[in-house]
Amino acid sequence: MTTGILLQIAQTLLAILLAPLLMGWVNQCRAWLQGRSAPPITQPYRTLRKLFHKDAVIAHDASPLFRFAPYMIFACMALAAGIVPTIANDLPFSPAADVIALVGIFALARVFLALAAMDTGTSFGSLGARREMLVSFLAEPALLMVFFTASLISQSTELPIIVETLAHREFVIYPSMAFAAVAFWMISVAENARIPVDNPTTHLELTMIHEAMILEYSARHLALIEWAVALKLFTYSALGIALFLPWGIAAQGDFNALPLAILALVAKMALGGAVLSFMEAISAKVRLFRAPEFLGTAFLLGVLGMLIHFLLEV
Amino acid sequence: MTESSMTQFPDLVNWAWAGVLYWLVLGFGALLLQRQRRLLTSLVFPLGALGALFMAGVGLVGLVAPPSAVILPIGLPDLPFHLRLDALSAFFLVLLGGASFGVTVYAVGYFRNMRAGPLGLLVLWYHLFLGGMVTVLLADDAYAFMVAWEVMALSSYFLVTTDHKIPDIRRAGFLYLLIAHVGAVALLLCFGLLQGGHGDYTFNSMRLAEMTPFWASAVYLLALFGFGAKAGLVPMHVWLPEAHPAAPSPVSALMSGVMLKTAIYGLLRVTFDLLNVQIGWWGTLALALGLLTALYGVIFAAVQSDMKRLLAWSSIENIGVILAAFGLTLIFYTDGKGALAALTLTALLYHALNHAFFKGLLFVGTGSVLHATGERRMGKLGGLIRFMPWTAWLTLVGALAIAGLPPLNGFVSEWLLLQAFLLTPGLTQPYLNMVIPVAAASVALAAALAAYVMVKFFGVVFLGQPRDPALHHAHEASWPERLGMIWLAAGCALLGLFPAQVIDRLAPVVRLLSGQTLVNDGNWLMLAPVSAERASYAPLIFFAVVAVVLLLTFVWVRRIYHGRVRRADPWDCGYPEQDARMQDTAEGFGQPIRQIFESFMRVERERPDPFDRHPRYTSASLDKLWFLLYEPIARLASWISDQAGRLQHGRIQWYLIYSFATLIFLLVFVTR
Repeated sequence: MTTGILLQIAQTLLAILLAPLLMGWVNQCRAWLQGRSAPPITQPYRTLRKLFHKDAVIAHDASPLFRFAPYMIFACMALAAGIVPTIANDLPFSPAADVIALVGIFALARVFLALAAMDTGTSFGSLGARREMLVSFLAEPALLMVFFTASLISQSTELPIIVETLAHREFVIYPSMAFAAVAFWMISVAENARIPVDNPTTHLELTMIHEAMILEYSARHLALIEWAVALKLFTYSALGIALFLPWGIAAQGDFNALPLAILALVAKMALGGAVLSFMEAISAKVRLFRAPEFLGTAFLLGVLGMLIHFLLEV
Repeated sequence: MTESSMTQFPDLVNWAWAGVLYWLVLGFGALLLQRQRRLLTSLVFPLGALGALFMAGVGLVGLVAPPSAVILPIGLPDLPFHLRLDALSAFFLVLLGGASFGVTVYAVGYFRNMRAGPLGLLVLWYHLFLGGMVTVLLADDAYAFMVAWEVMALSSYFLVTTDHKIPDIRRAGFLYLLIAHVGAVALLLCFGLLQGGHGDYTFNSMRLAEMTPFWASAVYLLALFGFGAKAGLVPMHVWLPEAHPAAPSPVSALMSGVMLKTAIYGLLRVTFDLLNVQIGWWGTLALALGLLTALYGVIFAAVQSDMKRLLAWSSIENIGVILAAFGLTLIFYTDGKGALAALTLTALLYHALNHAFFKGLLFVGTGSVLHATGERRMGKLGGLIRFMPWTAWLTLVGALAIAGLPPLNGFVSEWLLLQAFLLTPGLTQPYLNMVIPVAAASVALAAALAAYVMVKFFGVVFLGQPRDPALHHAHEASWPERLGMIWLAAGCALLGLFPAQVIDRLAPVVRLLSGQTLVNDGNWLMLAPVSAERASYAPLIFFAVVAVVLLLTFVWVRRIYHGRVRRADPWDCGYPEQDARMQDTAEGFGQPIRQIFESFMRVERERPDPFDRHPRYTSASLDKLWFLLYEPIARLASWISDQAGRLQHGRIQWYLIYSFATLIFLLVFVTR
C-alpha cells in the first residue's frame, strides 16, 4: 500500500513535471514543419518561471472567484493526471474516479475557467466562455461514447481494468476501437484547443476560444493556467495511449517493468506530439459554426464504434 | 376526529398525519394574525419549518420501520380516508421535509420584505400546500389521494397567483390550473380502471386485482399522462415555464423541488405497487419520452433570458432524466434483471432527492436576487457576486451541483444512471441492447448542456459588470434567507460526498419496488454498484485530493515566489469607451444553441431598419409545440363552445323545450 501511494505520487509529480516538456516538443515540431527556427524544448519551463516571478495584475472589479479559479483548474488537472495510468497500472487513486468521473473532472475545470472568464465582464472573456462551452457540450458526449466502447469491451469503466484487458490479456483486434480512436483524436484536438477547432497561438478576436478566456490573466495565475493546459494535453495523450496503445504500461506490482514503461511512454508521447503538430501544420482552422460539424462527426464515429462492437464483437 | 386517530399511538403514519394537522393549525392560525405581519413571518414560518424537519425525521424512521396504516373517519359517510406509510412514502417524506425545511427557513426572510398583500392568506395556502403534498404521499385509497391531489393543486394555484393584479400572472395561473385538471381527470380515469368495477377504491384492493395486459396498459398510459401533466413531461410541460416565474420564489422552489416529485411518486406507486403486471414497451415509451423531455428542456433553458424561466426549463430537463431512469427501470424489471432495475431505481430516487435540494437552492437564490434588485431579466443584472457574496457563492454550489459536476450530488445520480446504461448488454431484446447505449449519449448531451446553461445563469447574473447602475445598491440576503440557502447547499454537498450512506438508506425503497437491492461493493468511502471491478467512485477521496493539491499549490507559489497583486483596469482592446452594456448578454450567450437547434423553436425577431432613431433589436425563442399543439386545441375548444353557444338564446321558452326534449329522449331509453 505504501509503495503504491509512493508510486502514485511519483507518477503524478512526473506528469506535472513532464507536461510542459510535451508542450515544448509539440511547439518545436511545429516550428520545424513551418520552416521556422525552433525554440528550445525547455521554453515552456522558462515561460512559466518568468510568469511566476511577475507581479499579478488583476482588474479592479475581479472577484475572489477570478483568483481562485487558476488553483482549482490546476488541482483538477493534477487529479486527472494522477488517475490516468501513464507508467504503472492500478494505483491507489484510480478507484476514486472511473472514466465517467474523469470526464467530470475535465468539466469541473472547464466550468471554473469559463466562469472566471466571465468575471471581469470584458466582452472577450464571455465570448470565449460561450464558445468554450459550445465546443465542450458537443465534445463531452462524444468522449463518453469513446469511453463506453472501451468499457463495453472490458466490462468495466475503471481505467486500470480497461488497460489490463487491452494490454495484458490475449491480443485481440477490436475494429470498434479503430473508430473510437479516430473519434478520440478529434475530441482531443477540440478539447485541447488545437487546430482545426481552435488555435493556441492566435489572439484574433474572430477566432480565439481558449485564449479569449484567459486574456485577463497574468503572472502566477496565467502560469498555473498554462501549466494546467500543458497537463491537460499530457493527460489526454496518456489517455489515448492507455486506451489505444497500452502495450508497455507496467502491470500492478511489476517494478521491473517500470524503466521500460518510462521509455515506452516517452517514445509514444514523442510520436504523438509529432503527429499532432504535423496534423496542425496541414490543416486550417475552421469557422466556429463548423466546429459542431467536426464534433458531430466525432460523435457519430464514437456511436459507430459502439454499434460495431455490438455487431462484430459480442 | 383527531383523538380517534391517535389511538394507535406508536404508528408512524399517525405521527405524519399529526404533522399535517399541525401545519393546518398553523395555516388557519395565520388567518387570525392577518394584521401582525412581523409575527406571521418571524413566528409562523419558523414553526412551519420545524414541522418540515419533523416530517423528514418521520420519513427517516419510516424508511426502516414496517409499513403502518390508519383509517380516518373524515370525508363522506362510508368513505373514510385510508392512510399508509411505507418505505416509498417515507422516502418522499424525507425529500419533502428536507427540502421544505430549507425553503421555509428562507421564507422567513423572504416574506418579511414582501410588498403589501394578504400575507395571512398566503401563509395559509403555503401550509395547506405542504399538508396536501404530505397527504398525497400518505393516501392509501383513490378518494383520499384525489382530495389531497386537488388540495395541492388548488393551494399552489393560489400561491402562484399571489401577485394576481398582474395580468400575465393570472394567465399563468389559469394555464397551470387547466393542465393540472386535465391531468387530474386522467388520474380519476386511471383509478377508475384500477378498481376494476368492484367499487372498492382502497389501494389494497387494487393491489389484489388481476388485470389483463390491455387494461393494465390503459391504466399505465393514463397514469403517465396524468402524472406527466403534473411533472412537466413534454408535451404537457407548457405550464411550468409560465407558473414558476409567476410564483414567489420560495413557492417556486417548493413546486419545482417537491411538487413535481409527488408526480414521480404517483407514477412509481401506480406502476410498481398497484399494478401487478408490467410490460416491456411501457419502459421503452417512458425512456423515449424522458429523453425527449430532457433534451427539449435543456435546449430551451439555454435560450431563456429570464432567470426563473430558465430554472423552470431546467426542471423540465431534470424530470426528463428522472423519467428516463424510470423507463430504464421498467425495461430491466420486465426483462427479469432485478439487480439492474435496482440500480436504475436507485439512480431515479437519488436524482429526485438531489433535484429537490439544488433546484430549491437555485430558486431561492433567484428570490434573493429579485429582492435585492427587483429584476428578473438577466439582461439587467450582472456583477452581483460583489454585492451579495453569500447568495452568489451558495448559488454557485447549486449551479455546480445541477451541472452534474463532481464531487457534488448531481454527479452521483448521473453517474449511477450512466452505469446502468452501460450494463444493458444482456437484455433479451437485441435491438434494445443497441439503442440504449446510444440513449446514454443523449443523457450525456443533456448533462453537458446543463453545464452550459448553468455557466450562463451564474455568469450573467453574478459575474461581470453590473448592467444597470441601480445594481450598485443591491443588498445582501437577510440572515434567515442565508440560513435556508446554507441548509440546501449543505444538502447538495453531503448528498454528493456520502453516496454510500445515502444508498444504504434508499435500499428499503428499492427492495419494496423492485424486489432487490443495490449491492455496494465498495466501503463507506467508495461507491461501487454491482462490483468494484466494474466501476467505482469515491467522492471524498476526490474532494480531498483536489483540496490538498489546491492548498499545496497555493502555499508553494507563495513560498517560492510571492503573492503580490496589482489592480488595474481590464484590457479594453484599445477602445476606451466600453461600458457594462457591451458585455455578453443572456441572449448572446444562448445564441449558439439557438442557431444549432433552431428547428425546435419558433424564433421571432424584430430588427431595426437603418434609419431608426432608437433602434431596438429583440428576438424571442418560443416553444414550437405551443403553436403546433396547443393553439389548434384551443381553437377547437373555442369553436365547439361557440357551437354550443348557439343553443343558448336567453329565452325561457327555448330552455323549457330543451328540458322537455331531453325528458322524452330519456324516457325512450328507460321504457326500452
